[in-house]
Amino acid sequence: MPAKLEPIVGRYMTLALGGREHRVYFEDAGAGIPLVCLHTAGADGRQFRHLMLDEAITSHYRVLAFDMPWHGKSLPPEGWQREEYRLTTAAYTEMVIAFCEALELQRPVVMGCSIGGRIVLNLAIEHAARFRALIGLEAADFQQPWYDTAWLNRPDVHGGEVCAALVSGLIAPQSPDVSRHETLWMYKQGGPGVFKGDLYFYRVDGDLRPRIGAIDTKVCPLYLLTGEYDFSCAPDDTLRTAKSIAGAEVTVMKECGHFPMSENPAQFRRYILPVLDKIREASGS
Amino acid sequence: MAQFEQLPRLVDDDVDLVRRGAWVDLQFQVGLGAVPYHLTVARGRITSLDRGPILMRCSRFQVSATAEGWRRFWHPVPEPGWHDLLALTKRGAARIDGDLQPLLANLQYFKDVLAAPRRLASEAR
Repeated sequence: MPAKLEPIVGRYMTLALGGREHRVYFEDAGAGIPLVCLHTAGADGRQFRHLMLDEAITSHYRVLAFDMPWHGKSLPPEGWQREEYRLTTAAYTEMVIAFCEALELQRPVVMGCSIGGRIVLNLAIEHAARFRALIGLEAADFQQPWYDTAWLNRPDVHGGEVCAALVSGLIAPQSPDVSRHETLWMYKQGGPGVFKGDLYFYRVDGDLRPRIGAIDTKVCPLYLLTGEYDFSCAPDDTLRTAKSIAGAEVTVMKECGHFPMSENPAQFRRYILPVLDKIREASGS
Repeated sequence: MAQFEQLPRLVDDDVDLVRRGAWVDLQFQVGLGAVPYHLTVARGRITSLDRGPILMRCSRFQVSATAEGWRRFWHPVPEPGWHDLLALTKRGAARIDGDLQPLLANLQYFKDVLAAPRRLASEAR
């Protein structure tokens, strides 16, 4: 019986970030317009595996997803044991740019979810001309916190269990059980303090409200898609953000929550395919 | 209220839920509108559920929501924003007080216990 091999290829690269070397894992599938996918806080690139297996996408797009340092199969930098991990806007922006440059991607599309959606907005503010289009999933310039992140990393509460239990409510009730629990498994596997460190960017360092009006969608189109069951980045947060961005296209996704690509791949596909087709048509590819 | 009073049986019927609650032994309180209920959990099972108020009964933490909040939360397919305990607290329809450590250390267990009345609709069919 031959092995059922998937067309996804995993590779490692060394990236210099913040003056330190990082061993970064990424996955790669398809050919065409580069589409770089950014995972949510405390998770990893596996969230995008269904896109990477979808021929309607991979026949036109080269889909890439890297695990951020400290996440998934990417390592923290040497000396990590002597520091507290904290993601910042500057470091996250540098990471995405460095990944795209290292692979010599020509005007890629970047699609990020949650913190990935937030950094997409910063890419639109600071680096729009580098990109063909930007897609923010569950993205807003700011959201009201809904729990104390101190619970995420302390010895009397299991970090993986509490991270998964907190975000479990962000998944739509209609999402298939198998996809719900695969999404939560990634949260249960996160390293200690990593989800909390990502949320430093989300809650403390990455408030984009003062700069959101600088986005020019004529330089780079911006698409924002948010699930109706996401109460962390609720549709109202995305709609409020979009009010400050002329030309941003907003879609509220029915029966989706905070992790559309992994919690309900079939439902997400209905919303993302038309966006990807539109970007492709605008590129003349 | 009648829905909520079936909670011990609903938890007992869910073998996996009891398994996940194997380390939970405590008393906590759930407020349904103005009515407090006092619950005792032993190794994941609800061994007592008493309608209050019962003065000076111990509870490690208290979860309370409006009657409207619980009604919408227990709908078999709840609406967005009413589908999770922490969605209720974020919107101000519920509050959690007391010592939150045992709640957070067993958060999925307690979320699933409190959502168990959703199963009554399918039982009624």
